[in-house]
Amino acid sequence: MTMTSETQTTVRMPQTPLAEFWSYFIQNRGALIGLCFIVFIVLLAVFADFVAPHHPHEQFRDFILVPPAWTEGGNIQFWLGTDGVGRDILSRLIHGARLSLLIGLVIVTVSLVLGICLGLLAGFTGGFVDVAIMRFADILLSMPALLLAIAIVAILGPSIVNSGLALSLVYLPHYIRLTRASVLTEINKDYVISSRVAGAGALRLMFIVILPNCLAPLIVQATLGFSNAILDMAALGFLGLGAQPPLPEWGSMLATAREFIQSAWWVVTFPGLIILMTVLAFNLMGDGLRDALDPKLKQ
Amino acid sequence: MLQFFIRRLGMVIPTFIGVSLFTFALIHLIPGDPITIMGGERGFSEDKRAELEAMLGLDKPIWQQYFVYLGNILQGDLGTSYVTSQPVLSEFMTLFPATVELTVCAAIFAVITGLTLGILAAIKRGGLLDHTVMTISLTGYSMPIFWWALLLILLFSVNLGWTPVSGRLDVMFWVDEVTGFMLIDTLLSDEDGAFLSALSHLVLPAIVLGTIPMAVIARMTRSSMLEVLGEDYIRTARAKGLSKRRIIVKHALRNALIPVITVMGLQVGLLLSGAILTETIFAWPGIGKWLVESIGRRDYPVVQGGLLLIATIIIMVNLLVDLMYGVVNPRVRHSK
Repeated sequence: MTMTSETQTTVRMPQTPLAEFWSYFIQNRGALIGLCFIVFIVLLAVFADFVAPHHPHEQFRDFILVPPAWTEGGNIQFWLGTDGVGRDILSRLIHGARLSLLIGLVIVTVSLVLGICLGLLAGFTGGFVDVAIMRFADILLSMPALLLAIAIVAILGPSIVNSGLALSLVYLPHYIRLTRASVLTEINKDYVISSRVAGAGALRLMFIVILPNCLAPLIVQATLGFSNAILDMAALGFLGLGAQPPLPEWGSMLATAREFIQSAWWVVTFPGLIILMTVLAFNLMGDGLRDALDPKLKQ
Repeated sequence: MLQFFIRRLGMVIPTFIGVSLFTFALIHLIPGDPITIMGGERGFSEDKRAELEAMLGLDKPIWQQYFVYLGNILQGDLGTSYVTSQPVLSEFMTLFPATVELTVCAAIFAVITGLTLGILAAIKRGGLLDHTVMTISLTGYSMPIFWWALLLILLFSVNLGWTPVSGRLDVMFWVDEVTGFMLIDTLLSDEDGAFLSALSHLVLPAIVLGTIPMAVIARMTRSSMLEVLGEDYIRTARAKGLSKRRIIVKHALRNALIPVITVMGLQVGLLLSGAILTETIFAWPGIGKWLVESIGRRDYPVVQGGLLLIATIIIMVNLLVDLMYGVVNPRVRHSK
């Protein structure tokens, strides 16, 4: 209510949609913190070669299991300590950020693009195609995501590419359902009918007329999908089905750290902490995006 | 009502067929054929191979093989493990109680803490408690549970020595299997301290597995309570002079619970897939650990059968949740 009285009393230029979105977004402190952290981690990932103090695979044989620099016995050369074969944990985490973000990006892009195409097709054509696509989505949804990914990796063999493929397939149904649902609400609106009457073809109707109006929930889902992708990728890495050693992937770093749980807490703590913080940042930003893109749905 | 039941049941059948198609395809997509895998390094002679092919029905056309497979499933035959030569179904049944025990305890933990935290946060909206609960909820939701498990082991098992690191029961106890649920079996047995041992083995895995659902339930309860607390009938109840406690428990909570119940149902799939990680870390002898190990051993019939069974359970649970929701909320019955 305060908003309307404000707009009545002060004469303001109408905001562009982007500016309006931004003003909503920065009101949300959590979302802003999330965004800052993501920017930070992206910069780290991009400039990993310059930022990381050591090469992620370099083994300092004289410095095995050195504790973090600020603790007793720490070495200033290795801020977060070293792991069981003397590799610098900080450098591995920084290079791991590159790996995790990249694979997250690939997974989200593949499932988003495929999901949009299938969802548009289902919502637009209806009938048998619709039923077939939605049943396919239901089947994928009836199996737990991680379990399904594990099964697919079991067929294809454990590797970072295969687990990425598996996860893209696993997340697909969410995007299909979301796209289809938005298409169904849009398809009977006047602007769609008018462009159909004006002679727009099916592809034009699908991708140029309808799709832009379905994007808001998809952007939110894609952001949240990023956090799922990073989390599940780490879980697969932890189970030994994702990235294979010596790749500095966060989850597989944790898997090799398990044997030091009694002796070297830092080997176990830091990789998990960075996973938690990154996932948290994406979730915070996703929530902020949802509120900003659709203020009506504000929780 | 009946019509709603039948329509919802009808949707299950195609999904089940799809799942069976998927698991059937699984065994045909793996590199190498089953007989080569069965033979191991020594392999089989040509005659033996042909005999086995005929025995397993691999010489028939693929669609016929699918119908044989489907027929076998419906008769409860899910194949035989390559490694132990036991029927997959019986292996599943011996391990399943352990997983159920773990998931049920995790669910109880999640529901009790989640509801309590959610209600408290909604009542004290904007306060310190609210912020704390929201932080816990967000962190819990983003938690890599395998790391969470390691942290809890580090704190409670390694540093404090309160709980054991893995398994279901200390080796010093021997308990007859009656129900397969360790908590009940240890109570039935006359071994002193066995129940406590079983409980201490269960606490950490249950907390780890319950963390994400707890976070989701707390968040959902909070927002649903906030919505209901703003309704007119709550104001009326307050104006009538009802006690705060009565308003919250009798009037608000009942209505706030409807969306929460749906969310709880959706958590079952999450719990089952979380069980894979939790069981692997805590060496909990359930189906999650069994599946991961079978993948490692390339024991494909187990992978195939286990997947099918878990998917079926999830389909059934989702069906139950939908039907229950239809009973609770008449609007659902008539939509679509």
